Amino acid sequence: MTPGTNTASAEAPLETHRKDTPPRASAEDARPRHRLSTRLWHWMNFGCLVILFMSGLNISNAHPWLYWGDAGFLPEEAWISVMRFPGWATIPDYYSLAPARDWHLSTAWLYAIGLLFIWISMLINRHFRRDIAIRRREWNWTAIKEDVRNHLRFKFDPEEGKYNFFQKLSYGLVYVILLPLMIFTGMAISPGWEPTLGWMIELMGGRQSARSLHFLAAWALFAFFVLHVALVFVSGPLGQLRSMILGDRK
Amino acid sequence: MSLHRRNMLLAMGAAMVGACSKVADSGGSSVFDAAEDLHRKAQQLFRSRTALVKEYSPADISPFFRGNGTTQPDQASYALSAANGFADWRLTVGGLVDNPLSFSVDNIRRLPQRTQITRHDCVEGWSAIGQWTGPRLSLILDAAGLQNSARFIVFRCADELNGSAYYESIDLLDAYHPQTIIAHQLNGEPLPVRNGAPLRMRIERQLGYKHAKYLTGIEAVASLDGIGGGEGGYWEDRGYQWYAGI
Repeated sequence: MTPGTNTASAEAPLETHRKDTPPRASAEDARPRHRLSTRLWHWMNFGCLVILFMSGLNISNAHPWLYWGDAGFLPEEAWISVMRFPGWATIPDYYSLAPARDWHLSTAWLYAIGLLFIWISMLINRHFRRDIAIRRREWNWTAIKEDVRNHLRFKFDPEEGKYNFFQKLSYGLVYVILLPLMIFTGMAISPGWEPTLGWMIELMGGRQSARSLHFLAAWALFAFFVLHVALVFVSGPLGQLRSMILGDRK
Repeated sequence: MSLHRRNMLLAMGAAMVGACSKVADSGGSSVFDAAEDLHRKAQQLFRSRTALVKEYSPADISPFFRGNGTTQPDQASYALSAANGFADWRLTVGGLVDNPLSFSVDNIRRLPQRTQITRHDCVEGWSAIGQWTGPRLSLILDAAGLQNSARFIVFRCADELNGSAYYESIDLLDAYHPQTIIAHQLNGEPLPVRNGAPLRMRIERQLGYKHAKYLTGIEAVASLDGIGGGEGGYWEDRGYQWYAGI
């Protein structure tokens, strides 16, 4: 990972017994801003989410009412009547439940395998612990207020670490809660998983609650997407895109 | 540099569009079928053959159980039979069995019964909870003596949707599942017409379209080819997944 380090002797394995010391500046400089695993997953996951979201809107059109609890099928029992999504927003681009389910359930595999891949990568390369996990001392009201002020001044680069407080918070929520929740609520809707995951469905408040949560988490991811793209635009979009494609040095 | 980036994005976009149109051109069938198979195998890996779905308490029963698909078969013979309280209704059991059988609704009522309060999940997304009563399918298959070459159970129905006979099929795993019953009662009353009177299937680990209504025949077969459109069911012939556990 760190070829040509000048301090370690040639025969000694790199970075043994130094687990807790931060990497040396030279190694830090040599690492790309975004690792290859992160970049590959980022774009694959983006493709998956587009297909899942748009085919999901088509599926929503089949019964655009959401309920809490185990059961529900009458519009008057629904907590929300969802709009009918137009063809340009759905896959396929006309209402058809069967192909929409095919796209949705096939892409779900790619998405799930991708999420497993990035989680294993993040735990091995410490991306999560180092860059995203929020340390106890960062839960500090003064510092958070300072971060809000910085955001209002369009200043996003933190003094230390890769991401500022709100970046860590949003990426953390997406990685830990929203992305996995899509998979688990999706499984909770599937009758074939009911004998295995009954406890989890119960925890979510029943099958129709799981369906509502699936829908809400999908829109929360959409909101994250909008915010994410907007912030890329105000923080040097070309450089940001380039580093998420090519990696770039720090 | 920005040219490089643009080329790369264009290439990625083109690859994605290419892949999508390729899947779409082939009807996506091979990729989609593989994914469906994977879902089935994953579910079967994490549950035993006889793992039961949740059974609810009487308090959970939906006050009104929605009917979907055919809610009133329009054949004159059905209306006639219904007017007679389905006294002449026959359920035949045939195909790859040693002893073909024929039951009246009354015969079905006299067999050992199972009553279960379960949740019905429609492919559209809604759910309803109802109490179903009837004999296990396994009881009838054992009485008929399933031959070794039988791999699927096909359900024949009295209703037609858009001019085609409704039918369904399941594998032996679901056919022998303890909660797979031939229901003749909903919530302690004879089945309402909209819910499949006089007999319907309950296949609790799969979506609603698998639960054939207005049941007239049970047929053991080695292959689904040549039956209906060959995909294993009315909705399957119209693009829906044969395995509806998801």
